[in-house]
Amino acid sequence: MAETAVDGSAARPDSAEADLEARRRSEVDHPSSLVARFDNDPLTLDAGVSLPSWQIAYQTYGTLDAARSNAILLCHALTGDQHAANRHPVTGRAGWWDALVGPGKPVDTDHFFVICANVLGGCSGTTGPASTDPETGKPYGLSMPVVTVADMVRAQERLIRHLGIDTLFAVVGGSMGGMQVLEWGASFGDRVFAALPIATGSRHSPQNIAFHEVGRQSIMADPDWRGGRYLEEGLKPRKGLSVARMAAHITYVSEAALHRKFGRALQDRENVTFGFDADFQIESYLRYQGSTFVDRFDANAYLYLTRAMDYFDLARQHNGRVANAFRGTHTRWCVVSFTSDWLFPTTESRTIVHALNATGAQVSFVEIESDKGHDAFLLEEPEFHRAVRGFLTGAALARGIEPPVAAN
Amino acid sequence: MTETIAPAPQRRLDYDVIRELVAKGSRILDVGCGDGALMALLESSHGVRASGIEIDQKNVNNAVALGLSVVQGDADTDLANYPDDAFDYVILSQTLQATRDPRKVLENLLRIGRSCIVSFPNFGFWGVRLQLLVQGEMPTTGLLPDMWWSTSNIHFCTIRDFVVLCDEMGVTVERPIALNASGKRIPFNAPWWFWNLFGEQAVFLLRR
Repeated sequence: MAETAVDGSAARPDSAEADLEARRRSEVDHPSSLVARFDNDPLTLDAGVSLPSWQIAYQTYGTLDAARSNAILLCHALTGDQHAANRHPVTGRAGWWDALVGPGKPVDTDHFFVICANVLGGCSGTTGPASTDPETGKPYGLSMPVVTVADMVRAQERLIRHLGIDTLFAVVGGSMGGMQVLEWGASFGDRVFAALPIATGSRHSPQNIAFHEVGRQSIMADPDWRGGRYLEEGLKPRKGLSVARMAAHITYVSEAALHRKFGRALQDRENVTFGFDADFQIESYLRYQGSTFVDRFDANAYLYLTRAMDYFDLARQHNGRVANAFRGTHTRWCVVSFTSDWLFPTTESRTIVHALNATGAQVSFVEIESDKGHDAFLLEEPEFHRAVRGFLTGAALARGIEPPVAAN
Repeated sequence: MTETIAPAPQRRLDYDVIRELVAKGSRILDVGCGDGALMALLESSHGVRASGIEIDQKNVNNAVALGLSVVQGDADTDLANYPDDAFDYVILSQTLQATRDPRKVLENLLRIGRSCIVSFPNFGFWGVRLQLLVQGEMPTTGLLPDMWWSTSNIHFCTIRDFVVLCDEMGVTVERPIALNASGKRIPFNAPWWFWNLFGEQAVFLLRR
């Protein structure tokens, strides 16, 4: 863990930082992953406009079987990307779901063909506010229409069709990814055999919206944001984006985990300094989280994606009842929550389960005992991994796909 | 490998009877499904589509890890969320006595399922009566192994009690089956008092 300033400018030589930024920037329009381009093949958005030309960047793992029946779509969370199980091209770090996705892992790439795409509105190769607008040759910035979770799913559906897959074996994802899973079940239910929404909700709570608003305001309050035109001016609202990440990060962890990891321990010193340095380890940790985030994420994309989550409300989309969203569903569902998740507490998952029950759906619901908070779905949680493996195995048996060897 | 991933079934006498009552390829809900052993049995032998509700989280997580569809929930509160006629059979195996409001639970079961299968330990069984009569202690048997202060069973009933309740609720008893202490069926033509005295457990197939 490095001691860094709040703006993330660290003790890094300027040239190295510029190099990192250049690599990140180039991933926006020309990702090093696979990319599907839809030129003059418009994508209609909930905002009432459409993107005439757009692209979606993705990764695949494993092999699609001859019947095209073993495809799993992974939906990433707010700040994730398509690099679920490979080294990240910019940060060099392991994929965000390396713990779950791979040969012999719970999402077993020896048996399943796994697809993970960067979401619409993101900044890792799928069209978003950092992308170059083909009309103007400049980054979209705030001229990018606001996107919704349903728009993201629509874009994914186009990709899946492009890949020649009619019915997905499973759609799997946590947090914002879980919202996409729910949306898939609601909008394209007959093309999803199994759905696994994790640590998510049928809507964003007012408290969640409030935290997101703090993040957005801190980005927009950064003088380098320039009304969203920072890319054109060669700037970056580092301070604002870093603070946004710090605030959000607190919601991803639990009090118990913070206590266990940091307590009130001081950082590299015996006594408090009676100043505003990062005296406490937790402060230093948050600053580090903020600074590394700035290196890999775009500020405007953060505004767009948080907005998409805020707008998500399955009940509202379906005449006030979540159950209406799943009417007649034949999808096999497995809903997962974690005991210490206070961003999407178990009650939110129960709402989904009750709605699914009300439609007579085949549904599993597990609550995993964990003190790791919301982020538990990204971490090493053996019981969670066992549930994922078991659910996918049971579903594979039901679909007649050669299943992985069962958990023991 | 395409073997079933189900747990090794425990030797549960009422399971054999329940398996006879369930039609192949039906849709079932097992309320209080425990580790899912019965669901797994029915899925492999009857090709049913099985769902379960279980109150104990450990059991739920294990059942899901085995590929079964189980929801963590409480029969007393969560059955209300299920629509009418959602299942061909709703099964309540050795669980009725652990519910807070058995009558309401039964009403829900009969609403959710076209048929309902209930199995329960008979508190009118002679061995139970004898323990209470002779020793003056709350009986413990193979089916009721826990002491009175640690048992989750709070609403014991006898076969006679259950038949009276069904009658009061206007429920049709389609098939009653009582098993004696050695797991043998009590003859079909035996009178109710005989069932009530010699049945250690009972399995009832009910219809609205």
